[in-house]
Amino acid sequence: MQTTSDDVTEYVTVLIGGQLFGLPISRVQDVFMPDRLTRVPLSHPDIAGVLNLRGRIVTAIDMRIRLGIAREKDAKPAMAVGIESRGESYGLLIDSVGEVLKLSPDSREQNPINLDSRWARVSAGVHRLEGQLMVILDVDSVLAMGGEQLAA
Amino acid sequence: MDDLLREFLTETNESLDVVDVELVRFEQDPNNAAILGNIFRLVHTIKGTCGFLGLPRLEALAHAAETLMGKYRDGSPVTGQGVTMILFTIDRLKEILGDLEGAGAEPEGDDGDLISQLEAMSIAADAAPAAAPVAEKAPAPAPTAAPEQALERALRPGEVSLDELERAFRETEAEVAVAPLPEVAAPPVAPEAAKVEAKKPAARPAKAASAGGDDEIEGVKGQQTLRVNVDTLEQLMTMVSELVLTRNQLLEIVRRHEDSEFKVPLQRLSNVTAELQDGVMKTRMQPIGNAWQKLPRIVRDLGNELGKQIDLEMHGAETELDRQVLDLIKDPLTHMVRNSADHGLEATEQRRLAGKPEKGTIKLSAYHEGGHIVIAISDDGRGLNTDRIKKKILEQNLATEAELEKMTEAQIHKYIFAPGFSTAAAVTSVSGRGVGMDVVRTNIDQIGGTIDLKSVPGEGTTVTIKIPLTLAIVSALIVESAGDRFAVPQLSVIELVRAQQNSEHRIERIKDTPVLRLRNKLLPLVHLRQLLGIAGGETLDETAGFIVVTQVGSQTFGIVVDQVFHTEEIVVKPMSSKLRHITMFSGTTILGDGSVIMIIDPNGIASAIGTDVSTEVNETEADSRRGNERQLISMLVFRAGSREQKAVPLSLVTRLEEVAVDKIEQAHGRHLVQYRGALMPLVSVSGYMELKSEGSQPLLVFSDSGRSMGLVVDEIVDIVEDALNIEVSADVPGLLGSAVIKGQATEILDIGHYLPLAFEDWFKRKEMRIEALTRKLLFVDDSPFFRNMLTPVLKAAGYDVVTAAAGSEALDILKGGDKFDVVVSDIEMPEMNGFEFAEAMRADKRFATTPVIALSSLTNPAAIERARVAGFHDYVAKFDRQGLIAALKETSNEIAQAA
Repeated sequence: MQTTSDDVTEYVTVLIGGQLFGLPISRVQDVFMPDRLTRVPLSHPDIAGVLNLRGRIVTAIDMRIRLGIAREKDAKPAMAVGIESRGESYGLLIDSVGEVLKLSPDSREQNPINLDSRWARVSAGVHRLEGQLMVILDVDSVLAMGGEQLAA
Repeated sequence: MDDLLREFLTETNESLDVVDVELVRFEQDPNNAAILGNIFRLVHTIKGTCGFLGLPRLEALAHAAETLMGKYRDGSPVTGQGVTMILFTIDRLKEILGDLEGAGAEPEGDDGDLISQLEAMSIAADAAPAAAPVAEKAPAPAPTAAPEQALERALRPGEVSLDELERAFRETEAEVAVAPLPEVAAPPVAPEAAKVEAKKPAARPAKAASAGGDDEIEGVKGQQTLRVNVDTLEQLMTMVSELVLTRNQLLEIVRRHEDSEFKVPLQRLSNVTAELQDGVMKTRMQPIGNAWQKLPRIVRDLGNELGKQIDLEMHGAETELDRQVLDLIKDPLTHMVRNSADHGLEATEQRRLAGKPEKGTIKLSAYHEGGHIVIAISDDGRGLNTDRIKKKILEQNLATEAELEKMTEAQIHKYIFAPGFSTAAAVTSVSGRGVGMDVVRTNIDQIGGTIDLKSVPGEGTTVTIKIPLTLAIVSALIVESAGDRFAVPQLSVIELVRAQQNSEHRIERIKDTPVLRLRNKLLPLVHLRQLLGIAGGETLDETAGFIVVTQVGSQTFGIVVDQVFHTEEIVVKPMSSKLRHITMFSGTTILGDGSVIMIIDPNGIASAIGTDVSTEVNETEADSRRGNERQLISMLVFRAGSREQKAVPLSLVTRLEEVAVDKIEQAHGRHLVQYRGALMPLVSVSGYMELKSEGSQPLLVFSDSGRSMGLVVDEIVDIVEDALNIEVSADVPGLLGSAVIKGQATEILDIGHYLPLAFEDWFKRKEMRIEALTRKLLFVDDSPFFRNMLTPVLKAAGYDVVTAAAGSEALDILKGGDKFDVVVSDIEMPEMNGFEFAEAMRADKRFATTPVIALSSLTNPAAIERARVAGFHDYVAKFDRQGLIAALKETSNEIAQAA
């Protein structure tokens, strides 16, 4: 994937429901505070709504719902990661953004086979970090999921 | 691919499109030297450029085609076969160009087949007796050009017209010189794409054709145009959209701050933005003719394939619309023209038997109407076969027999837009594959357009498409429902009604269906919050709210919302692909305050409400059109001047108003009131104006063609629906007679008497009245006002009246088998005027003898003579009511005597 000369991939790490996820930095356009989210009636439940980000209309996807993580009572999505896909802008609503990690493929492993299928579909593997695991978010799968579920 | 080649491709493709069209024209008009000259020149240019660029295959083909055309230009008779051959060649050229575009090099291949045939034809053309050379027009060729030397000359094309080749070189040179320029000139407005070039006459066939052969010079002095990459324009459009948004945001901010010093400069910015928006929109505008360009060729080929003679007429090709819209309607248009040619028009033999001209006509027309463009495709073919459609509907279980029984023909015809519906008995290569009109409708729906269909058996079918001029920026009404705001495109909004408990506009329920009584019609309602599932826990307030009366095609319905704000020019942004499945929305937009809202798609709502609505509304419409007197008539009962109850048909009343007495003014001895920005005269029933001394004065407002009159009344009693049976007709002016309404004798007012009191010339355009036995009378007038007024008037005179809103509708009624004793027709009507209507009637044996009386405000001798020629028995001035009664009487007597 997005590798530098030393075969190292840079990931933007985010927290969703206490779990650390990493998004390849090349796919992340920006990180922003979602403001004035307009809900879209009749849309899929994991579509949190649409919002205006500097004149662009961004479709916000609630990652907690997508991953089947219960929403904490008062927790409002604090941050969003901006992503472009096929000319459209998306915002993945997450709990918080962490640091950028440079990781070499050595620490990367396949998804454990017993991983929740909902997670397995959007995960491109797991990195063993010190003290915790980081799930690699496959951005395209995240965006494709809505379509699958709709079709079903 | 280098710039030179790319430029060559664009230009050659354009030229070939022109050649396509021109060839078809030429085939029909083989003696038109100007057309041939133009074609010849275009092909020659292509050949010359190909030679220059080293494209041997293209050059050889163009050369062979040119040779044959050279023969035609020298006077050899033109054969259909030859033209077909040249068209084939053009197709092959296009094919090669396509490959060239993809691969950057001429594909391998052999064109010997075409070339040898073309050559054979050239030789044959030589052998054929040369007709008188049409040479006068052609650009005087090189001196060596003489018929006998044709063969040799063809081999050395440079000789044919040296100036042509020179021009080809000149142009090529110009481009070589210009090509590197864009890089240098990149910073200004249009980056890489701009290439200045004098617009070649090649791109303007009409002009070139009319100017004949001497347009070489024109190439230089033609209009200056700039070729700009479409992407650049799109980008520009996006930027302008952003600018509009920012402008809206600024306006919003300034609105909150009184006396802001930004106000003036912002106003200026706002104006400039609007102009810029206009300007950029204009660059996106293209004549609709671009979408029609391929049609002549298609129709010609179809004609040959189907063995039909087809004439394609095109009107309004210069009508402009947004290229985005243009792209979307190209295919539906082509499809419909194919449909007309294949199903619509009969085979030559059938046409002859039906007494029609052998050559069928397909007519395309386009014009602007409001913010819309209207495109009509009509043919003079056999019309839709209602029985076959019915059969198909039943086969496909789209409706039951009982339902079909109740439908009007027009409703049945609409089923051809149902998915998978194709009535063609035989599947031809042209159409009838079951993917047809439904695809057309889907495409049109997508761009917020409507499609309508009118078919007369034996006379043809007309499909009318109404589409918005542009999709990028639209005017929208901002509404709120359950705390969320939504935009409703203004184009589909007819009016806004405020519903309140106890007001005349009250939301009522039939079982669970909310409806609103609106001017004597039931309007189906839908609560937006329910439809969108955003009702939340709160209970619906059933009785209050704003109703956005919306029209989609022939469906009218009301959308109930909580609040209505302002209208705003919104920039339509496409919805994310994740949301596109929601049919209720057509897009998203950013409001002035920066928030994103969804744009409601009226089409989606209409289909969500279901087909029930459309049937319901259509029936009401159909009923009111027929104006059958047996139907119940709603009467407005009131008191004025005296104790007796008085009544007028409710449909005549535009509005019930109450005005404050002190607002009533006097001028020239008349009472006037300021009403909707104009002075409205007041008239009293008795002739003596008795106004209330204080408080407010109830008025009945009557309007027609922008004029309003207020009838002063004491009290409005009731609205009663009853069969109107005028039992005693009166001789008192202003009274039609008396009728029993709700068990009480009631005077029925003749509004026709009062209108001229308000405006003396009211009837200069419209009016009438009659007297007879119980005879059946068909009255044709395009104004609903006069139609409605006439029904009771004629009823009072003893006629059994059926009304029609248009000549075509009247003909349908006549053909429906009803016998009429007399027909009264207005003259000034849109589409089919009274003269045409009378002629059409005379042309049909069944009603050739039915007397027709013309009613018109045109009373000059020429018009009367015209009416006599058209077959009218009598001609009555519209304001001459006595004359009309006399005329009707006379006609009745004649018939009685004849019987």
